[in-house]
Amino acid sequence: MPGIVKNKRSISVGKIIVYIILATWATTTIYPFIWVIINAFKSSTEVVRNSFSLPEVFTLKNFTNAFSNQNILQSYKNSLIISGTVTVAVMVLATMIAFALTRYQFRFKTALLGLLSASLMIPVFSTIIPVYKMMSGLGWISTYQAVILPQIAGNLSFAAIVMMGFLRGLPLEMEEAAYMEGAGVAKVFTRIIVPLCRPSLATVAIFCFLWSYNDLFTQKILISREKMFPISNLLEHISSKYGTDYGLMAASVTLIVIPVLIVYIFLQKNIVKGLTAGAIKG
Amino acid sequence: MLYKKKAPLAAFLLPGFIMLFIFLYIPFVDNIRNSLYNMKGFVELQKFIGLSNYQEMLQDAKLHTALINSLKMMALTVVFQVGIALILAVLVNNIKKGQQLFRTVYFFPIVISATAIGLLFNLFYNYNGGALNQILEAAGKEPVNWLGASTALIMIVIPTIWSYVGFYFVIILTGLCDISEDIYEAAAIDGCNKSQAVFRITLPLLRGVICTCITLAVTGALKVFDLPWVIAPQGAPGGITHFMGTYMYQMAFVNLNVDYGAAIAVVIVALGVAVSLIINKILKPDENL
Repeated sequence: MPGIVKNKRSISVGKIIVYIILATWATTTIYPFIWVIINAFKSSTEVVRNSFSLPEVFTLKNFTNAFSNQNILQSYKNSLIISGTVTVAVMVLATMIAFALTRYQFRFKTALLGLLSASLMIPVFSTIIPVYKMMSGLGWISTYQAVILPQIAGNLSFAAIVMMGFLRGLPLEMEEAAYMEGAGVAKVFTRIIVPLCRPSLATVAIFCFLWSYNDLFTQKILISREKMFPISNLLEHISSKYGTDYGLMAASVTLIVIPVLIVYIFLQKNIVKGLTAGAIKG
Repeated sequence: MLYKKKAPLAAFLLPGFIMLFIFLYIPFVDNIRNSLYNMKGFVELQKFIGLSNYQEMLQDAKLHTALINSLKMMALTVVFQVGIALILAVLVNNIKKGQQLFRTVYFFPIVISATAIGLLFNLFYNYNGGALNQILEAAGKEPVNWLGASTALIMIVIPTIWSYVGFYFVIILTGLCDISEDIYEAAAIDGCNKSQAVFRITLPLLRGVICTCITLAVTGALKVFDLPWVIAPQGAPGGITHFMGTYMYQMAFVNLNVDYGAAIAVVIVALGVAVSLIINKILKPDENL
């Protein structure tokens, strides 16, 4: 009996150490964001003096500054238009490609499959110069489509591969049955395939939107007019202009983090699944 | 039967592949061509200069710094990002309560843009009244210039690694859940203790997953741009914190040496392909397993 008791205690000591290690890492991932939110409500002089306590004087001045000096709402709107369009277009085009490549047999199928997986090895650095050249030739710099079109192409092949993985697992019986009832391919696609794809379409939508929304590189190069800035550009712009106003910086970061945090709390399971989905297949 | 008639095929494939060709494949080829020509600005191709951009790279000390930094970043992400993720995943897999909570919390930084994370860390690093120097001053020490020449690189690497640990954590944890409980039970009956179980059962069975993680971490490290650019614009101080991506941007879009920037982009692609091939060669899970 004493032996058993001792054994039980040593397990719980081990458990406690495990929980301490896990909680420590959890603190590093959460505390910086709490820290920045707290500091957003302090004056800049107080942030400089003591950034680790709660605000001595609670102020909203940083936020009013952020909204009055910068067109934050306009930037949210720009980001939503750009990333929303990219997401919807990728969902539609990726499902169409995946449908064709999993349901049909044809001559160039292997070549197209190879082309799709090869495009995963094309980083944005290696296409951006010609794309910039094209967009400025068309006079499209600082327009929505200048960012939307290359971002669609950049996300499409990965999305198509994820969708193909899902469509391969769908049994053909329902489609065959619909065909027997007289449905054409278009009807089968819109009435059977698309509704069945809803879970993996959610996955695609999530990573597409986040990648597009968070991508500074493409947006920085293709959008130069301040009025057209999406959120990432605006944030970088604020930091280069007002980098020494720590209160304003904290408020700006907070304004970017809060909407994402709210969405994350509601959709976290889908988001985690969405962003790791393609990776696990390898 | 339904899919015997090939007529609708084009309607499904063309829109997507037209997008891919116009905005991905053709620019990719065009970029390689650009790197072989002398360009003035972005518009015209002037004269063919062959590989002279690539020869110039051999002499370009700043490019060498950028390349070494990118290689360091790859090595550090493999060791720390995948390493920490692996440790955390094994630990979380051994506990019953709170798994979902840790998953949610660890993953959170990934959804925040690198731009925001960069600005957040700038508030830590600032010389005058940044969070780190406040701690030092409270401890009675001199403030440190965190983004000075000796520490800047590591100060960029830390948030880059930190923000993505959760991504590999979730992938490895999913892999761990796929390992059957029976194997551990059988081993325990044979007298295997917990740490032996980790090294003799868990790690060997995770080889495929870890290989995937390392490939993603290395190719990801090659693609960093946003975070270093926000923390240390233009490779500050003095170009020593450039990575391949930031140096490419600097050359093409700041210095307007467009053909040279194009050539650097070609090298980035080649490097990415080469490292993924090497990793797969070394770590590819044994087919017999």
